[in-house]
Formats: sequence, structure tokens, C-alpha cells
Amino acid sequence: MTEALPIVEMRDISIEFPGVKALDGVDFRLFQGEVHALMGENGAGKSTLIKALTGVYRIDGGSIVVAGQERQFNGTADAQHAGISTVYQEVNLVTNLTIGENVMLGHEVRGTFGVNWKATHAAATEALARLGLGHLDTHKPLSTLSIAMQQLVAISRAMAIKAKVLILDEPTSSLDAAEVEGLFRVMRTLRDEGVAILFVSHFLDQVYAISDRITILRNGRYEGEYLARELDRHALISTMIGKDLNVLSSLGGNRRVEERDYAAEEPLLAAKGIGRRGSIEPTDLDIHPGEVVGFAGLLGSGRTELARLLYGADRLDEGSITLRGEHVDIKNPGDGLGRRIAFSTENRRDEGIIGDLTIRENMILAVQAERGWARPMSRKEQDEIVDRYVSALNVRPADPNRLIKNLSGGNQQKVLLGRWLATKPDLLILDEPTRGIDVGAKAEIQEAVARLAEDGVSVVFISSELEEVVRLSERIVVLKDHQKIGEIVNGPDVTAQQVVDVIAAHGVDAAARSGIIDAEDDAHPTASTDDGQLPELTEEHS
Amino acid sequence: MTALQSPRLEPQVEASPHSRLWERVKRVVASNPSVLPTAAAIVIFIGMVIYGEVAYGRIVQYNTLSNLLINNAHLIILAVAMTFVILTGGIDLSVGSVIALSSVAGVMLSNAGWNPWVVIVLMILIGTAFGLASGILIQYFNVQPFIATLAMMFLGRGLASLLSTRPERLADDSPILWLGEQLKVIDGEKVNDVVITPGVIIAVLVVIVAFFVLHRTRTGRTVYAIGGSESSSSLMGLAVPRTKVLVYVISGTLAGVSAVVYTSRLGIAQNITGIGWELDAIAATVIGGTLLTGGYGYVLGSVVGALVLGLMNVLITRDGGIPPEMTTIITGGILLVFVLLQRLVLMRRRT
Repeated sequence: MTEALPIVEMRDISIEFPGVKALDGVDFRLFQGEVHALMGENGAGKSTLIKALTGVYRIDGGSIVVAGQERQFNGTADAQHAGISTVYQEVNLVTNLTIGENVMLGHEVRGTFGVNWKATHAAATEALARLGLGHLDTHKPLSTLSIAMQQLVAISRAMAIKAKVLILDEPTSSLDAAEVEGLFRVMRTLRDEGVAILFVSHFLDQVYAISDRITILRNGRYEGEYLARELDRHALISTMIGKDLNVLSSLGGNRRVEERDYAAEEPLLAAKGIGRRGSIEPTDLDIHPGEVVGFAGLLGSGRTELARLLYGADRLDEGSITLRGEHVDIKNPGDGLGRRIAFSTENRRDEGIIGDLTIRENMILAVQAERGWARPMSRKEQDEIVDRYVSALNVRPADPNRLIKNLSGGNQQKVLLGRWLATKPDLLILDEPTRGIDVGAKAEIQEAVARLAEDGVSVVFISSELEEVVRLSERIVVLKDHQKIGEIVNGPDVTAQQVVDVIAAHGVDAAARSGIIDAEDDAHPTASTDDGQLPELTEEHS
Repeated sequence: MTALQSPRLEPQVEASPHSRLWERVKRVVASNPSVLPTAAAIVIFIGMVIYGEVAYGRIVQYNTLSNLLINNAHLIILAVAMTFVILTGGIDLSVGSVIALSSVAGVMLSNAGWNPWVVIVLMILIGTAFGLASGILIQYFNVQPFIATLAMMFLGRGLASLLSTRPERLADDSPILWLGEQLKVIDGEKVNDVVITPGVIIAVLVVIVAFFVLHRTRTGRTVYAIGGSESSSSLMGLAVPRTKVLVYVISGTLAGVSAVVYTSRLGIAQNITGIGWELDAIAATVIGGTLLTGGYGYVLGSVVGALVLGLMNVLITRDGGIPPEMTTIITGGILLVFVLLQRLVLMRRRT
């Protein structure tokens, strides 16, 4: 093979956000007719690099050369004109328009009398057919499709535009095995037609199945470019994680290995057939005192929705909740708090912290809310709470008068944890408490959860990082497509891969049997690698 | 499947073009529930016409319907303009004041001896300038549409008051009045004629062009896409900033056109003209089935919405027993019913 010129060459790219160097001298090149995987941990800069290439972010340094021409893109439209098309992890389509329009928006076929809808829908059908979706009625609203199907429509859109460079940023996170295979078929066809494909995924198996070349980023820096067939998995992971590998493995001992007789014990909370139309199917759930129950499942599987029912953020449509042996009707979060159920949101920035208040004010917020505004806490009471949790959770900087918005994500999360611990909950629901925070803070939060359980507090732990759920939970509730599909009692031989298998198997089996499988029977330890799935991390830059 | 292919079914539906049309309507509604509020607006309008005909008579006849169009041409234009803005999820509160400023300035310039055509163009351009200012504030200075257009509303009203606080009467021989002149199209019995004014023709043209732009151009589809999700639209590479400015420019420009049509009909302009018209336009748009959050709605619905409001005034006048003060209460009631209907459609869609 002669060394052709790359179609995309990014050299020495730097991007700075206030206080953070998101990219620091990163090189990246992409050739025609290859699938190139971009790998890296959360916050490594993958999304930032993609957004630099697609013109969403302006680069502070370096150069981008596309097809031999130095370019500085001013927005996605610019990049698209240069033949670069992107499919993001979250479906970026508009649900109010039809399927066909979403494929063709901005590229509608035009005739004498404006847009020729017949031809436009025909072109959309053609693009969809390349992904095996030719049967879809392009006149139906996009909102009638599942998220997975919408993702495929987004990819069809990229094809309709006839892109020379196709960027797929975690396109598979909401697809099942068969859909992924279908997507890979299309990617191979496109690659053979000379399209350059940039692929990002947290699923190692997928990366190895489809990629020709791999570029690794770590902490915003370029770590190297490798041929996929010459880079083995362990080398890949240690390059991605770097020296942090040891920190991660030291967390393994947090899980309590304790046999429980679930039948004999009275649960703290027993939910029977609780459900809410359009958000979660009827579900049974028991939570015992001092137990960590993990909710595992993909984004949008109904994890958060189930948690919201438990503490009263959403009303039940059906079913009932028994708390400490007593039937309860939790009407709103205040009600939940009064019954000693606390919830820490996954949306830290919008629903969690109040940025312009201090650490102190953020931390005492829930306790104060519970007491009511008529009985303000004295400074002494405040200090007591704040001092206790700032030191117990190791909040840095330990100055309670700092504005919380100036803290790192991990420390903001610790303050939030302190806020809810101060209410002395019997049941603490943590929704993605470790998302987007660094490894050290992650370890501290995980330790705090383990300690809490030892003190008799029940914890519902929700996380996209399966490894973390498996590490901390005594029982794992597996969710998919807005329903509970299984429950795994954790033990030394349970792995994240097993949870993945339950989720994957459900999709296949559901089609055949369309019933809920008993996950404990179906789940079997597989002989595959211990790192079948990497922590599924989401990148956050604000 | 049409009734034709299955003759064993009830024989009376056989090949009836009506039933086939009904089937088609049902299919469209089933696959796209967002047309439901607009369909409801049409049904209500027809219901009002029938009620008026039965209760008061002389509704379904040439001159009543002609007058309905003539008297509401300016509102139809405003409602069409508002549809563009609301489809993107925005709002334009300045149109009423723009009409005041534009018409007062227009009448004064015309009376000062300016060429009437130049005056008309200037009147429209005043609207364009206001729309452009709002659009730039909203798009490039990130001001909330509500606040930006509220500022423009105060500015417009203030400038109109600076020009004059008295009613300014257009000279009787001004060619601008020709746009409001009634032209007999069909000569019916006595006064029952089909009459239109150039103003009505302008309104109809505005509706046709707006329909074409929204449904047959990429710009129009971008308007809908922005209402669906602005961030997705810009990631799809659509011209979001340009389109967002454009909808306010369209809104302002059409407010100018509306000022021309209204002034030509009345022959008088005043600084207090058009108070609350932005709210009438919003009401017409909402009654016509456009969702205030953007993304859903039709120009034709807004036209029907404007006609519903106009017909309501006619019926109240005809009744004679209803005090005119009730007009606003009834408008509010109709508006409420439509908003509740929209919530219902939204709830249905979510499940």
C-alpha cells in the first residue's frame, strides 16, 4: 500500500476551556477507506477533538487540513460542506418532523416549485435502504421510532449527504447486537467505497471488530496511533488509563461479601408493581436496610425513571410502595425526604448544585428545606454539618465559603452527597454520582457509599459504569427498554460482562419470546476477557 | 385500501368521493396528530358560521363574508407573520407598535407630499428595520425573544407618540387609499355583493407566499426544525442563526405590510393604533393550532384563527344583546379551549 495523503490531518491541536486544557497538542489523521477508532477515557478529549473537526469548537492552536486544504470551520454547516458528517451519541434529529425530512433536512431535492417532496422522500428511502431500513414509512413523524431506530436514521442522514468523512461518536450505545451488526455492515461498505470513518465507542469488542487504526488520547494529550491488529487489548487499556490503572484496581475490595436471607428479612422498602405510563413498566423491587442496590442498564433504560418513582418526583400510575411495613403514598420529593428518602440527581449542574451559593449553603439546603423557612438554622448548627461532611468526604478546597461553581465536578458531587447525608436518610438514591469526575474523587465517593451501607443506610446506586455497579452493589437490578429485565445477587464471580450479557440476551430473547426472562438463570459467566466493556463514560465540557 | 376494492362492505360507501376524502383525512390525522388542533379550528369556524346563520341569519352570504375578509386582512397578515416566529419557539410582541409607528409615519409623509409608492415602501421598511433589530438582539446578543421584542414594542410606541399624538388623517385624494378601495367582483342582489379590496388580495398573496416558503423551501423547513430542537438543527448543519434572524425580519416586514393595509382601509393613523394586536395575532396563531413551544403549526391554521376572532366580533355585533366588553372574555375562553386541546394532543403523543 502506498502512503496516500490523509483526507483529514489535524496537527498540534489545542483547545482551552476556562481553567482546563481540554486538548493539548493533539495530532490526528484519517485516511480514505479506513475505519479509525478514537479511544480514551472519560475526559480524555475525544468529543472535544471531534467537535474541533466539525466546527462546533474553535481551536486555540494547531491546524486542520481537509483534502489538502487548511480549514477553519465555523460551525457544522461549514464542515458538512467540506464533506464531514457527524452522528452523535445523543440523537440529534428533530422529532417534530417526518422520518424522511430528518434524513434530508437541508438537502431536500428541489424543483421548479420549491422542494419536490416526492423526490425527497424517494431519496430518503434510498438512503434508509442502504441501512436495511427501506421499509420505513418516511412520511411518519420521527417521534414514532425508538431511540435506536432514530440513531440509524441519523446515520442514514449522514449517508444521504454523501459524506467523504463520517464521524460516528458512540453510535452503538443504544443499539442491540443485531443492529450493531447491521451498522458494521454498512460501515464496511462505506469504507470500501472510500469513505473515511472516525469511530468512537466504549465497547472494546466493537472497536476491534471494525477498526483498522486506533488513536489513543489521555487527559487531552496524544498518546499514539496504532494499527488495530498490532495493538492488543491490554496495551490499549493501559495506554488509555496510564498509571491510574492501579488506583482503579485498588477499589476492588469495597464490595461486601455477605450472605443475606432475603426472604426472612423485612425490607426497608417494598415496591409492588410500581409503574408510570411512558416512563417505566410495572416493577417489583425490595430494598433491605444497609443494602446497596445497583441499577444497571443503558442510558434511557428506565434507571432514573424508576428511582424518581421511589422518592416521589413522579407519581405512580399503578402499584404501591410499602415503607418499613407501612403502605405509603409519596406525593412529592418533600414527602420522600420526610420519610427519610433522599435522591441525588444525575444532572448535577442543572438539578443538583446552585452555582452561585457557597459550599456551606449548598450543603445545608436539604436540611433547611425540611425544617421550613420559618426555622432558620443557627450558624453553629450549620458549621456542625458542614465541618463534619467537608472533612468526612474530603471536599477540596475545604473552605465552606467558596462558591460551589468554582469547584471541580468531583468535589461538587461530594458536597451534594453531604447535602443528602445531612438529612440522615434511611434510603439514599444516587443517580450517576461518579459521572464526569476524576478517578481519585470517584474512589472517595465509592468508599463513602460502602461506609454508608455499613452504617445501615440503604443505597440505590445508579451508574452507567457497570464495573462500578458490580463493585459496590449487593444486588443488581438490570433494566432495559423501560422495564426491569432481571436481578442479579452479587457474588465474587459476577462480572460486568455478565450484566452486559443479560442486557444483550434480553433483546434477542425478547424478540422470540416477548416475555421477561429470569436473568439469574440466563446469566452465565462467560469465558471472554475481563474487560469486555470499558467503563461507559460520558464526557462533559461546559 | 379504498371502498372500491371491497364491494362486499356496506354498499352506500361505494366509490363515494366523499368517503374516500374522509378516509384520507383520517389517515393524515392518525399519522400526524399535530394537524388535530388546526382541524379543530376549522371545525369550530364552520360551527360558528352555522350557528350564526341559524341564530341571526345573513351570515352565509356574499357581503358578510367579504366584509369578514376586508376587516380582518391586517390581522391575517399579522397572524401569518406570528406563525413564523412562534414556529421557531420565539415570540414577537412588537408588531402592534410597529404598525402604529409605520402608519403614523406613513400618513404624515404622504400628507407632506411624498410620493405614495415611496411612502408605502418606507412603511414596510420601518417594520423590516424593527424585525432586524429584534432578530439581531435575539440571535447575536442572546436576549430572550420576549424581552427583545418587548423593548422594540416600547420603542415603536414611543417613536409613534413622538411623531404625533393626534389622529392623522390621510388626504382624501391620497393614492394610498386606493389599496382600501372596495372592488365589486360579483354583483349580487341589492348590497349582497362579493367585494374585495387590494388589501385582501395582498393578504391572500402573503398567505400563499408564506405557505410556499414554509412548506416548499429549505428555509421554511429549517424554521420547523429550529422549533423542534435548536441545538439538533445546528448540529445537522442547518442555517440556524440566519433563519432565526430571518423570522423576525419576516415578522417585522409583514407588520409593515399590515400597517399599509390597515391604514389604507381606515385612512387614519394614530399613535395608539394597534395596542394589543400582537396578542390578537398570538391568539389567532394559537387558535389555529400552532404550538407556542414551536415546531408544530400551519399558516392556514393561523388564517382560520384570525377568521374565528373576526367572526366572533361579527356574531357579537349581530346578537346585540352581548355587551362588547364580553368580546375579550369570549376570546379568552376560546383560547383556553384550544390550549387545553393542544395539551391533550401532546399528552397523547407522549404515550
